[in-house]
Parts: sequence; C-alpha cells; structure tokens
Amino acid sequence: MHTIFLIIKREYLVRVRKRSFIVMTILGPVLIFGFYAIIGWAAVSSINQKKVAVVDESGRFVNKFKADNETVFSYPKESLTNAKKSFVKQGYDALVFIPKDVIDYPKTVQIFAEKSVSLALQSNIERAIGKEIETIKLEQAGITQKVIEDAKVNVDAQTISLSDSGEKSSNGIATTIISGFCALLIYISVLIYGTQVMRGVMEEKTNRIVEVIISSVKPFQLMLGKIIGVALVGLTQFLLWIALTAGLITVGSSVLGQKETAKSAMSARMNGMPGQQEVQQKMAKDKNPVTSIMAAIETLNIPLIISCFLFYFLGGYLLYSALFGAIGAAVDSETETQQFMFPIMMPIIAAIAFAQIAVRDPDGPLAFWTSIIPFTSPVVMMVRVPFGVPIWQLMLSMGLLVLGFLGTTWIAARIYRVGILMYGKKVSFRELSKWVFYKG
Amino acid sequence: MTNILETHHIIKQYAEHRALDDVSLSVPKGCIFGLLGPNGAGKTSLIRIINQITAPDSGEVILDGERLKPDHIKRIGYLPEERGLYKKMKVGEQLLYLAQLKGLTEKQAMEMLKVWFVKFDIKTWWNKQIQDLSKGMQQKVQFVATVLHEPDLIILDEPFSGFDPINANLIKDEILELREKGKTIIFSTHRMESVEELCDYIALINRSHKILDGSKRAIKEQFKTHTYHIEYQGVLTSLPTAFEVLRNQPLEDDFQRADIKIPPDASVNDLIRHLIDTVALRSFGENIPSMNDIFIQTVGENND
Repeated sequence: MHTIFLIIKREYLVRVRKRSFIVMTILGPVLIFGFYAIIGWAAVSSINQKKVAVVDESGRFVNKFKADNETVFSYPKESLTNAKKSFVKQGYDALVFIPKDVIDYPKTVQIFAEKSVSLALQSNIERAIGKEIETIKLEQAGITQKVIEDAKVNVDAQTISLSDSGEKSSNGIATTIISGFCALLIYISVLIYGTQVMRGVMEEKTNRIVEVIISSVKPFQLMLGKIIGVALVGLTQFLLWIALTAGLITVGSSVLGQKETAKSAMSARMNGMPGQQEVQQKMAKDKNPVTSIMAAIETLNIPLIISCFLFYFLGGYLLYSALFGAIGAAVDSETETQQFMFPIMMPIIAAIAFAQIAVRDPDGPLAFWTSIIPFTSPVVMMVRVPFGVPIWQLMLSMGLLVLGFLGTTWIAARIYRVGILMYGKKVSFRELSKWVFYKG
Repeated sequence: MTNILETHHIIKQYAEHRALDDVSLSVPKGCIFGLLGPNGAGKTSLIRIINQITAPDSGEVILDGERLKPDHIKRIGYLPEERGLYKKMKVGEQLLYLAQLKGLTEKQAMEMLKVWFVKFDIKTWWNKQIQDLSKGMQQKVQFVATVLHEPDLIILDEPFSGFDPINANLIKDEILELREKGKTIIFSTHRMESVEELCDYIALINRSHKILDGSKRAIKEQFKTHTYHIEYQGVLTSLPTAFEVLRNQPLEDDFQRADIKIPPDASVNDLIRHLIDTVALRSFGENIPSMNDIFIQTVGENND
C-alpha cells in the first residue's frame, strides 16, 4: 500500500507542477466564462433596432405600437407620398401606412421598405394593428377599456418537472444547456486524461525505466498508481475550475445584468414615453435571459449534478483509462497507437451521439439503455441527470459502471504486465487477447 | 560456504518457445558471479524471475534460505540492460523516489544519497533533469539507484555498456568494493575480459539450458588442454613420442615458438627435463584457456 501511495504521489506531482496544467487551470474558466459571456452578450445586444415610421390616416394608432428591443416606432405627420419620398433619408427601415378605413378593411394596411421587410417585423406590426382593431371593435360593441384590461391575463407557462423530491419549477433551456455541457465535459475529460495515462505508460516503456520500477513494485500497482494519480489531477483541475468559474460567473452576471437594465431604460426613453420607463425596466429585468437562466440553474439540484458529474467522470475515466493504459503498454511508439485507439474511441464517440438524442428525449428507451450500459453511461447519464432520473436507474447505472471498470482494469492489467516488457514487437489484437490468458 | 541464491529446476515457457528449461544454479554468498550466454539464451528471463518481474512456470528460487517472496525485492538491486530513468525528473528527486520504492524512508534515502553524491562527485547534479545529463552521467545515476538501498544481492545486466573507460573503471572498483563488504554481485555480460578480471564463479546458459557452471578456477582447470608453449633456439628433437608438438613456428629473431601437449600421466618436469638437454629456452608457460575460448568452445559444441 505504501508503494502505491508513492507512485500516486509522483504521478500527481509531476503533472500538477507542469506549466500546461497551471495554464489550463486558469484558462479553462476563462474560456467557459468567455463562452458564457458571448451568449449573454448576444442575447442582450446583438439585436439591431429597426426604426419604423407609421403614417396613420385613421389617427387611431398614434403611439399605440409598443417599442421593444427589435423595433422603435415614430409617427411623422405627413402624407403617404411625402413620407415615401423621405423615409429612407430620415433613416427609417420601414414605413407602415394605415388607411382611414382600416377598421372596416384591415387588409389595406401597407408596409414599405427599401429592402424586404423581415417576417418578424411584419408579423409584429400585423399583430399590433390586429390587436388595436380588436380593442376598438370591442369598444364599439360596448365593452369598456376596464373590462379589456381585466381580461388581459399574462399567461407565462412554467414547466414543472415531477420528481421524487416533489415539484420543482425548471427551465427547459437551462436544463438542456447544463446536461449537454456536463456530457461534453465528461467526454472531453475522459479522452484527455485517458490519453495522459496512455502517454505516461508509453513514456515509462520507451524510457525503459519500467523494468527498474517493476523490480520494486508489481506492474498492477504501477498501473493503478498512475491511473489514480492522473484521476486526482483531473479532480483537482475540476474543483479549481468549479471554484474559479463560480467566482467569474458571480462577478460577470451582475455586470451583464446591469448593462441589460440600462439598455432597456434607454430604449424606453427613445420611445418618448418617460412614464413607461419604470414598467419597461421591470419587464426588462424579468426577461433578462441571464438572470432567468441563473434563476433556472438555481432551481436545479446542483449538488446532485456535481456529485453525479464527479462520480461519472471518475467511473468513465477509470473504465477507459485502464484500456488506454493497456494500449500504452502494448505499443512501442505513438504511431502504433492508432489501430488500438479506434475500437476504444468508438463507444465514447457513440456516447456523444446518443447524448444528443437523449437531450431531446431524456426518458426514451435509447437514452435509458445507453445510460445503463457502462461504456456509454458516463456521458449519456450525465445528460439525463439534470432532467431528473429515477433513483433505481441511477443506482443500476452506477453499479454497472463500477463492475465495468473493475472488468476493464482486470483485462488491462493482464495486457499491461506482458506489454511493458515486450520491446520491438508489433502486436495485433489476437496477440493482445492471448496475453490476457498468460500465466504469472 | 552458504549460497545467497539458488534456483531449482526453473522452467519458463512463453507462447512458442521455452525461455528456460530446467535451470538450476547456486550463487555463493560474497562472490562475483558471471551469468554468461549468447543473445537470446535466456539470461534476461532468468534475471527477471529472480527480480520477481515474472514468475517461473515451475521450479523455485531460494534467496538466502527462503523461498522468494515479495519482501525480498528490498534485498535485491537490479540494473537492467535497457537503462532508463524519468527524463523530466530531477536527479535527486528521482533517486529519492526509487529508493523509497525499495522500502527506504525518505530520511534514510537522503542520508545514503549524500554519501554517494560525495563519492561520485556529482553534488551539483541534484537539481538537474536527467535529460540534461550525458549518457555516461545517466548511467552513474542509475548505478547509484541500483545500490542505494544496500541490497545483499546486486544484479547487473551488462554493467559496462555505455561507460567510457574511466567510468567503467570506477564502476569496476565499486563492484569490487561491494564484494569486500560481503555483497554478492551477479553480472551478465558478453565482455569476456571483464569476466576474466572480476568473476569468481560463472554459469553459462545457451538455448535455455545451463550448460556449464562452477568456480572460474575449476572451469579453467576442466578446460585445460595440457599444452605448454616454449620459445627456444636450436633444434627440437628427441622428445618422447607421447609429447606431441602441436605447432612450431619461427619468430622474428633466431628463436622459434612451439606448443607442446603432454600426456596425462607425464608431468611438466618431464617436459622441461627433455627440453633442457636439447634446446636453449627463453620462455616457458602453460596454455591456460581464456574465458573467451571456453565460451566459444562450449557454446559451439552445444549448438552442433
């Protein structure tokens, strides 16, 4: 036991002290944060506001169109012909003409633009006019403004997931982002750290130090020590990432949130309706994508997700890294690894494909089976966990994963102990399978 | 004399070929033991079994009276033929690590290292990475790693390869000094002159079998051809017929050189008596077979 601890210590320290580790540890959260900031920024400021002039002969629609992030409206008192001539010069993107008899003939509304009008703008204007006409007609029918206001109920459907721990409100998009992110991170880290184990084994073999080491320790101890050492490096990196990212996001989201609110307030002023400013600000706050995603994330079971993530990272990593280690032991050079890498990479790559299906249908049969089978479960189950998974499925999947990595470690150890002492020999799969059954 | 190491009827079978077939050896305590044999004879397989890197299919290894067990690795130091160290690790750190794997505490290892660093005059290397050292320097570091934990049995596979003559001498002196301290050294080599110089005992392995073993002196005795060489002036005649002149060739001056084989029942004195009466002798000596001759002869016969 003492020797295996020594090996773990060496493997760990050698890697943690490397410059690349330190760079990645700092760069990781910056990249994640950068990604996050781009999404946030895109949500907030990518929208190009369109200026729309409204020539209203009926006189009923002045100031009735509500400005939003996408469009602002103004109401020049001009005839249609004059307005047509000047609207480009005055910097309008579109011109809406509402004839006098619009209430009786709503289809006579016209939209002019230099280029074609976007579908979104068109439907926006159609909806606003339709709504206004509806109000007017209702009023004509004797229904008062008060009744109409009362009848306007803001329905904002919440998606509620039913799980063992009771009802929780969740946000479909946030859950999807989190689960996709977790699955991808598992996939990438299993590959990165698995390859590190393989490189480490190859280094020892090509350096020929392996013979010195295994005259002191059992090959199995050396392999296990390396695998555990690299796993600890991975965990250290993740914990540092989680801490750093959490810090960055806390700082970042407050900055972004403020920016968003300020922007909405500005657009409200542009609208020339200072009275509405406060309302708009409040609305903006509610609709701020950043804060709403943050709120949704808070409703997820973060401790469960993080602990599942760490478990599946470890499980998946152990399962695959043993096999990567066996490859490292079997070959003499990096180029020879290719033929053996392929069959090992296959299930991981397939897992990512299954994960994409699982994101759309987290409880479908495909998602279920691939999240139970050890070779794909680390990736696919991580997709399902944020959506909520019955506890028995989680237990079964974890149990099988443990059995899976015990199995691969056993096979890998048998290949490893033969391979590390085999120099200058090209091996085939047949050869490898024979090694598994060698004695002593 | 007790044996530090005995192997009894070791058999090691790999998929298609048998690397060791019924190999039994005895290595007396406190000697230098040469393990000889052509490439691929099975030396490395045997060494790996002694180091518990692999296990024999049958047979047993006895170290100092006990059947080989995992704890014994602390009592063995091994320098493999294929040398290697972690290239990116510092010399000091690496030696501490290797010593701790052999069961020393960090403190013990540190003290031992100080002694060796002074002895080999390599104090400035402590913080250097292995990859920054020359090949010969790396070998020195590796030698230190092999003997640092003061093993009773030291196994050196081709210890002199890669050393320049000065460093080779240094290592040779270390080997002799270790023997003085009562350690046993097994070394496997092709270089017969170092066997001639250092070994007390040898074993010769060829094609998975041990074909010869014993003390160097006994083996030389066994391979003696009972021939003597002389340098003389005059005419070599009237030798009794039992004395056979194998070769006679003139030298650059007036002298000639002859190899003479004497019959088993005759003594050297008989030969000298005959010679004194007939020729003027300049030198006289017994033809003692070199290890090289013995090696070539034995392996050659075995291969026929």
